[in-house]
Amino acid sequence: MKYLDEYRDAAVCERLLGKIRARASRRWTLMEVCGGQTHGLLRWGIDDELAGIVELIHGPGCPVCVTPLESIDHAIELARRDDVVLTSFGDMLRVPGSAGSLQDARGVGAGVRIVYSPVDAVQLAARCPDKHIVFFAVGFETTTPATALAVRQADELGLTNFSLLVSHVRVQPAMELLAADEHCGVQGFLAAGHVCTVIGYEEFHAFARRFQLPVVVTGFEPVDLLAGILACVEQLESGRYTVDNQYSRSVRSVGNRDAIRLVDDVFEVCDRPWRGFGNVERGGLALRPQWRAFDAAVRFPRASLPVVEPPECRSGDVLAGRIKPPQCAAFGRSCTPDSPLGAPMVSSEGACAAYYRYANRRTSLDVTAGDDGVSNDVRAAT
Amino acid sequence: MCLAIPGRVVEWIERDGLFARARVEFGGVGRDVNMQCTPDADVDDFVLVHAGIAISRVDADEAARILEALAELQLDEMDEPQDGREAAPPTRR
Repeated sequence: MKYLDEYRDAAVCERLLGKIRARASRRWTLMEVCGGQTHGLLRWGIDDELAGIVELIHGPGCPVCVTPLESIDHAIELARRDDVVLTSFGDMLRVPGSAGSLQDARGVGAGVRIVYSPVDAVQLAARCPDKHIVFFAVGFETTTPATALAVRQADELGLTNFSLLVSHVRVQPAMELLAADEHCGVQGFLAAGHVCTVIGYEEFHAFARRFQLPVVVTGFEPVDLLAGILACVEQLESGRYTVDNQYSRSVRSVGNRDAIRLVDDVFEVCDRPWRGFGNVERGGLALRPQWRAFDAAVRFPRASLPVVEPPECRSGDVLAGRIKPPQCAAFGRSCTPDSPLGAPMVSSEGACAAYYRYANRRTSLDVTAGDDGVSNDVRAAT
Repeated sequence: MCLAIPGRVVEWIERDGLFARARVEFGGVGRDVNMQCTPDADVDDFVLVHAGIAISRVDADEAARILEALAELQLDEMDEPQDGREAAPPTRR
């Protein structure tokens, strides 16, 4: 497929690897922010190819993983109501709450539906006037335009049986927390290409200057990832800390103005608790007051039941880059994708799931091995 | 979740408003995609699609320019290894 195949060219990858190895005079520690990039790095074996040259710390960019347990419990509570159908992306279903997951709740009769897009949930609300359709809105800035659009469409259709349980998060405040943490050894950031597709990267200039860390806007295919790493290493080797855009076929400095306008119309910045981080100032988005009629948390407030975290799960440490998944005692033993203790083992972007899935990958950078690549991606994204 | 996939715009179905949409093809698989955020995309342009909506029009010229630069990427003299490691081609572990 165009714009995928050419970015999986093994010969170009080898050249980029050679360039990185030759350019690095010492070992550098970079963080890829997005969980999609984490999966790419492990899937293509890039972490192994660069072992001893570039250490990759996995960032918190897995929205399912940072969604607080309170929100998951709230979603399950809503799904159990007779008058509600809870909709969300498939990734959310198996994430464990305090007592079971949405999938478990569905197994005993709760109304839970997977949708591919929030606008599909609006269509469902239009078709089912006797049910209230709640969309469990998780995701970074990449996803917020679709959610904002759903609210605007529901409003235009005059629907009163549609609302959002909002758990949207913003990536930069979490990057600031990580960069400000004196125990964080990250020397450069690979910024998330699809977040930047929406919001642009102008705000990262101040970040790079403030923390004196290079930021490289990076895509998701192996050529993109390696080009991003090379650009970051080049900056580090020459003592620079600025913002590079290695995903320029998709990302403009100002982002997508139509998408930004859509999001600004519906959402405003708020503080939000993140799993693994605690409260993140300005770390989330909430519906603006004029859209509160579409706020499921206002319409159906959460019963204040206690939240129960499984004690062995160290997902907080994984999300903050403090440990890698295999360093958790539960990894691969009491915690597997079939029986996950925490969200990073469930989500298609979770670091624990990536390590588990690619633990026995056959060859590094063999772009045809391991799975059926492109068609898998198309299925996942469409 | 931030996965977005490039697809080719086959035809516009509805040009304006919140329900603007087009038929977009992904490696032979067609889907209706909301185009509210990519009003300037033409037929045969590629758009990046995430959660049912197009979030950007792929810049074909920019993509070609970068790919060309990558294709010409050579190890130059400055890139000679500093510690005796073999420079190119890299060996697979």
